[in-house]
Amino acid sequence: MVKKIFEKFYLFIILAILYAPIVLIIVYSFSNSSNFSFENGFSFDAYVSIFNSAKSGTLARAIGNTFFIAIVSTIFSVILGTCAAIGIFSLGRKTRRVIENVNQFPIINSEIVMAVSFMVFFVTFAFPEGYLRLIIAHIAFCTPYVVLSVIPKLEKMDNNIYEAALDLGANPAKALFKVILPVITPGIIAGGVLAFTLSLDDFIITQINKGASTGINTLSTYIYSDARVQGLEPFWYAIFSIIFVVVLAIVLSANIIKIKKQKERKKNEI
Amino acid sequence: MSTKLKNIKLTRRAFSYPYVIFLMLFVVIPLVLILVNAFMDGDKTLTLDNFRIFFTEKSSLIVLGNSILVGIVTTIICLLLGYPLAYILSKYNSGRILVLLYVLPMWVNFLIRTLATKSIFVAMGIELGMGTVLFGMVYNYLPFMILPLHTTISSIDKSLIEAAQDLGADRTQVLTKTVMPLSLSGIISGITMVFIPTISTFAISQLLSNGTIFLFGDSIQMKFEQGLYGVGSIMSLVMLIFVLISNFLMNRFNRGTTGRTLW
Repeated sequence: MVKKIFEKFYLFIILAILYAPIVLIIVYSFSNSSNFSFENGFSFDAYVSIFNSAKSGTLARAIGNTFFIAIVSTIFSVILGTCAAIGIFSLGRKTRRVIENVNQFPIINSEIVMAVSFMVFFVTFAFPEGYLRLIIAHIAFCTPYVVLSVIPKLEKMDNNIYEAALDLGANPAKALFKVILPVITPGIIAGGVLAFTLSLDDFIITQINKGASTGINTLSTYIYSDARVQGLEPFWYAIFSIIFVVVLAIVLSANIIKIKKQKERKKNEI
Repeated sequence: MSTKLKNIKLTRRAFSYPYVIFLMLFVVIPLVLILVNAFMDGDKTLTLDNFRIFFTEKSSLIVLGNSILVGIVTTIICLLLGYPLAYILSKYNSGRILVLLYVLPMWVNFLIRTLATKSIFVAMGIELGMGTVLFGMVYNYLPFMILPLHTTISSIDKSLIEAAQDLGADRTQVLTKTVMPLSLSGIISGITMVFIPTISTFAISQLLSNGTIFLFGDSIQMKFEQGLYGVGSIMSLVMLIFVLISNFLMNRFNRGTTGRTLW
């Protein structure tokens, strides 16, 4: 009994520590001060200042850039990665192994090494600074995840269906679109969501490849450049709170839905 | 017929060509460039000077030592906190949803979480230094320890634990002689998933120590920013060696349990 209580207490303490910074930021985002006190009283000023402070313009541009880069690189990653998966799947065993190993590299490699290797590459071959560099870098670290989420779907697919489509007169292109593509769609979507999240979340690779002279900032690089110097202004408390709530709500509900679906599937099997 | 089938194979195979070219261009060549730069000085002539500079310069060795120290301490703390947690959670039926709560903060950008903790430390009047850096690291990477541990511990066959109990093992013996050895692959995964990112993080140690403690990741970035490509490349190579060793270890212990791994 004592042990049970102790266990629950332990679970609770760790959880409390993990969420303490998040909760504190959210609570004090309503104080319009940066020193965790309600000396200025309760107010929504921090939230209002997102829209009418001197930094609102830069902030809006940074958010725009973040989504622009994420959307463009996700589209390219999904197309490139899906084609790659279909191609890799029909390669010989040895070649397939080699490509899969290289594909694994951006995933296991530490981000900082990836980031500087991109930078050296772009500098050596004089790529123009700006979006081009960023989007190429983002495609390079996102596509491997798309490939990895599509290949298992291809492996599970019954190859006879494809053959049957060909026997029934479909040409390879038609068979590809009518048979293979529908089967692997869940994998493509999962890979796309992952690529989009990774791109949105990226800080290190963007920070090192954005180039100093272009003035391009994504949300994370803007936060870094602004908050490193002066610490957090009340306005950041509001933005962080919004990000906390939105991200946690999306991830939590997505996962709960997933777990419930899996449970139902298990029940149906029995 | 046979030629037609061959054609189909060829066309499907061709789908992989754009990505193969892309990988060569943007993944392989950049890494080769790092390797080349490690052996070149500012005038593009071959040299081993960069190695000499890196391994004799006191400051770079201090950074390396500091990084490994922070990495080891962070990993140990994460293991000591994470193992009991994963073990307790594996006993609950709703363990999966509970684990989710512990890994959820991971989805918020690390920079935002780090700045949030920093501002709290500052408000509380806690001096920024090694202590706060370690807290920040553990705070950031604990989920990476909990996740693999929980996966392996909860997949242990319960009848093995019952067998140990039937054969007279007490609680500690069950834990040390049955559960722990069976969760070794999770422990190894957890260790590498915490250690490697910790020593290579960029920004966390800088922010949480007010720029007094620099780790390997920060240092690599600084060298490149100062145009010292040679020494920066050596440091990247050292980092790559760490990554490859840890990946090798992880694969050795996980053989058969996961599908695709590097070598």
